Amino acid sequence: MSSRWISQLLRIAAPLAVGTFFLAFWEVVVRAENIPLYILPGPLAIAGSLWTDGPSLLASLLVTLRVTLAALAAAAILGGAIAVLFSLSRILELSLFPYAVILQVTPIVAIAPLIIIWVHEPFLALLVCAWIVAFFPVVANTTVGLNSADRNLLALFQLYGASRVQVLRYLKLPTALPYFLAGLRISGGLALIGAVVAEFVAGTGGAETGLAFRILEAGYRLAIPRLFAALFLLSLTGIVIYLVLDGLSRLLLRHWHESALEEEEE
Amino acid sequence: MRGVAKRFRSGLEALQGIDLDITKGEFLSLVGPSGCGKTTLLHIIAGLAEPSEGERRLALTAEAGGQTPSGRIGFVFQDPTLMPWGTVFDNALLPFRIAGRVGPAECERVRDEIRAVGLDGFELAYPRQLSGGMRMRVSIARALVTDPDLLLLDEPFAALDEITRMALNDDLMRLWESRRTTVVFVTHSVFESVYLSTRIAVMTARPGRIAADLPIELPQPRERSLRASPSYAAICSKVSNALEIAMAHQSQ
Repeated sequence: MSSRWISQLLRIAAPLAVGTFFLAFWEVVVRAENIPLYILPGPLAIAGSLWTDGPSLLASLLVTLRVTLAALAAAAILGGAIAVLFSLSRILELSLFPYAVILQVTPIVAIAPLIIIWVHEPFLALLVCAWIVAFFPVVANTTVGLNSADRNLLALFQLYGASRVQVLRYLKLPTALPYFLAGLRISGGLALIGAVVAEFVAGTGGAETGLAFRILEAGYRLAIPRLFAALFLLSLTGIVIYLVLDGLSRLLLRHWHESALEEEEE
Repeated sequence: MRGVAKRFRSGLEALQGIDLDITKGEFLSLVGPSGCGKTTLLHIIAGLAEPSEGERRLALTAEAGGQTPSGRIGFVFQDPTLMPWGTVFDNALLPFRIAGRVGPAECERVRDEIRAVGLDGFELAYPRQLSGGMRMRVSIARALVTDPDLLLLDEPFAALDEITRMALNDDLMRLWESRRTTVVFVTHSVFESVYLSTRIAVMTARPGRIAADLPIELPQPRERSLRASPSYAAICSKVSNALEIAMAHQSQ
């Protein structure tokens, strides 16, 4: 039991120690070498900027977060729906899947300008960009999941005269759930990246400015501590999104899926 | 079943000229070497596969009428084949859920059946919390909830250890004795088949054919002590001989 506590403690303490050491080292080097703020600010300067620019950066973060979450929701709903359609119709899957792949492999930076020209509403334009980046993992994973139903269970459903809808509802959808959630975890990070890239391309465009634009702006003005502060907030957001989705996955699968089980050691 | 044959698209002849009458209330075992088409034959009986030749006719109870005989047949696979996301209760309820009948009476049936296979108190457990033998019991309960006319078991105990297997043999025997459901039981264990069956069909492989059809005249109800009796040993060796002849014939 005590060894369990120690390993638990180590899990938190070890990375924390590495992080602290790294930050301290960074601060020392910056001060010792007299590196100017506009090249590389030390962690303390960044923390200071985070404190003074915090409120305005948080407002920008909210703008970016709105695009990210909307894109993620759209990826989950539309991606899931597309996968279900694919599983219901082989023809549909065969004819459309290659185009989903094409959409996925085309760099979003290259098509974002077009989308921003075509879609006049700025929020919607950003949403579409982020969605294009985020939807594919959900579609690809869920499609695999829907096709992975146990053969014998399928035979059993057939034996009891189950309809296609019943097979989908009671067998294929539950089978696909872990795959869907794994796809969603990847999509969470991608939606944020998509939103940031779209903001970079769009520039100020609309009235509201997201965090990505604040980074650009800080770069132009050589306000490097603020740039780092914004970067820090972006990373933090990505981590929180991942943790939330991971927690959701564990919650939904806790009773039965290997990925969500606590390690059982006596 | 009359003249049933099954050819796969690969050209493999799995079954050839199978004539088999299954009498109501009997416990029929299909015994044969691996790859003799026992499972294929069982799938044809269940209607999960169509014969390439010949016909399969089922005279199930009148209430099935002209409609599809869903629920008239229970099937137990080699693996427990449970839904990992459902509890024991959910899994055993599946046939009713598919039939769209989930009322208090059905729930009561499911609970009774879970009790009958000895899993009282495990209704809300998930399959991963159960041992292999208990999972197989859930699978049997699921096959029995609809009170089927015909129960098909495809080597259900092959993956279990000897002790669990013996216990499940006894429990299956007890269930059959109390209901007299018609059972077709696929196995490659001679001892198991003799212990359980009222009749044994010995099969050969490639192509699958029925080589011998032996009635098993042992007293009912069968007890564990039977396994040590000379009459049991005599019948076991008879079935083994039939199996050996069948396999020798096949290797020529």
